[in-house]
Amino acid sequence: MLKDEDRIFQNLYNDSGADIESAKLRDDWNGTKEILEKGREWIINEVKSSELRGRGGAGFPTGLKWSFAPKEVGSRPHYLVINADESEPGTCKDRDILRFEPHKLIEGCLIASYAVNAHKCYIYIRGEYFNEGQKLQTAIDEAYKNNLIGKNALNSGWDLDIYIHYGAGAYICGEETALLESLEGKKGQPRLKPPFPALIGLYGCPTIINNVETVAAVPTILRRGAKWFSSLGRPKNTGTKIYCISGNVNNPCNVEEEMGVPLKELIETHAGGVVGGWDNLKAVIPGGSSMPMLPKEICDNMKMDFDACVENKTGLGTAGIVVINNDQDIIKCMARIARFYKHESCGQCTPCREGSGWMWRMLERMAAGEATPDEVDMLFDVTKQIEGHTICAFGEGSSWPVQGLIRHFKHEILERNKFDPVVKKNKNIPYLVDQHLLEKENA
Amino acid sequence: MSVKKIHKEQPENFEFSDKSLEAANKIISNYPNGKQQSAVMALLYIAQRQNDNWIPLQAMKYISKFLNMPYIKVYEVATFYSMYNLSPVGKYFFQVCTTTPCMLRGAYDLVKVCKNKISEKENVLSEDGKISWMEVECLGACVNAPMMQVNEDYYEDLNDKKLEEIIETIYQNKIPKPGSYSGRINAEPVNNRKTLLGNKNA
Repeated sequence: MLKDEDRIFQNLYNDSGADIESAKLRDDWNGTKEILEKGREWIINEVKSSELRGRGGAGFPTGLKWSFAPKEVGSRPHYLVINADESEPGTCKDRDILRFEPHKLIEGCLIASYAVNAHKCYIYIRGEYFNEGQKLQTAIDEAYKNNLIGKNALNSGWDLDIYIHYGAGAYICGEETALLESLEGKKGQPRLKPPFPALIGLYGCPTIINNVETVAAVPTILRRGAKWFSSLGRPKNTGTKIYCISGNVNNPCNVEEEMGVPLKELIETHAGGVVGGWDNLKAVIPGGSSMPMLPKEICDNMKMDFDACVENKTGLGTAGIVVINNDQDIIKCMARIARFYKHESCGQCTPCREGSGWMWRMLERMAAGEATPDEVDMLFDVTKQIEGHTICAFGEGSSWPVQGLIRHFKHEILERNKFDPVVKKNKNIPYLVDQHLLEKENA
Repeated sequence: MSVKKIHKEQPENFEFSDKSLEAANKIISNYPNGKQQSAVMALLYIAQRQNDNWIPLQAMKYISKFLNMPYIKVYEVATFYSMYNLSPVGKYFFQVCTTTPCMLRGAYDLVKVCKNKISEKENVLSEDGKISWMEVECLGACVNAPMMQVNEDYYEDLNDKKLEEIIETIYQNKIPKPGSYSGRINAEPVNNRKTLLGNKNA
């Protein structure tokens, strides 16, 4: 288990309060000016050598992303945008950072915006997190009052303004270009890439977009050194991560642990074990609903980091672990996730708009045992037609969980769905095409 | 994308009150000059708050003039995002999360209670006209499942008994306390906390 002093988010459970005085006791805002004085190059190199990867799902190296911002500010200003539109089912880590560790986030915003030459930072919070947004606003006001941000922040000569922008209940706005569209006051429909936001983003200006957890971790990394951070976990999968363990466990919770911690240890130690014991485990969704599920055999020895997840044909995603035990109907669970994606598809690309509803309807029928065995292959084919044929990654996000179900639990679907529409007894009614209907009662 | 029904009876006029006007101007100043369109989402919220938690068409027209943008663009935004109510909802608007993590822990029991105690169908007002409910997608409090949102507050770690109590309290004109209903603090593991104990005991 990770030592307590190595945890970045010391106030994850709000033991000591989120106000600035308590935050300073936790080492926030300590030596921030000195960090800024070391210069842009140093900050970006330090983040690069810490091998911090984005915590929002894709796992893109943060230092590399920052280095994509143009070195000199041209005719267009730069922007920093923080993605706090946390809507992935199974994930609720950013919420706790927003309400209990807002000063880590604000300090991270200052450092990040200095590193990418931005004087304005927008924090895009999902609309449902209204109370969390108010708490963050209180912290921002405190920071302005103490000259930590604003004009000549910390007397470092750097100006930074932070604004909160509330979303309004659209999952797709967690996709970075959809988020920018939404910030510009339009429907949240993703843009084609390239051009990437680092060159043409918000209002057509260079924009760097980071997840809340990523930015909030940066100040601690710079204070304690990249070496400390990269000593945790294993190469390319360094540091700590907040895991959200939900579903059929005895004590669902958020917990910060080292990268690469065994899945079984997370569930058994922190979440109090699976309801009904480890043997009652059916499957685990390791990284939020978009990632394919894993059956018990793989979960036994699975490690939780980016590369270990990819080796097992899934992904770490946002580390929202959803545990499903044998008391649940696994097909029904997936049908509910498919309904989520059908509801949240933005409607821009046809494969996703039509396919997400199609997958949902098929899965509902499979859960009820009304599908034919052939339809399982057809469902798999539909997922393959969606994947990779859409503008944004929503297509993958909606089809991967269904693929995961078919990959690991195909036998179960087939067992339940034996409906066979083939004509068994030929009735001598030559003009009737749908002869199989005659076999059903009241046909 | 959600299907949203425009209410049949629309008011003839809509104007921001002084308080709303002040809030709107403050928000517009957050965005660069000429990019006031960015404020449309916030302004729709302000209109919704001023007009008993729903947005009439006149409010969209008003906002389009206010921000100097086409009416259809405002209409697009108001119909795209699911948190803008285009028909009246109850004074207490229950949003029950039923996505898989909540479903695994019994969110459909909560739906059953809502059907019994509030109204048989979603988005229909209760008999005294105070409460309406609907099923929503993930509200982002999965470790506190099952949960629901009433107006702006989260009610977490519920079960059917506790939800019945909450509804009864509201019928008696009192506002129940938001937060977790299993006695735990925020997102910590109940009775099983193994981390950051130094902070807890400090």
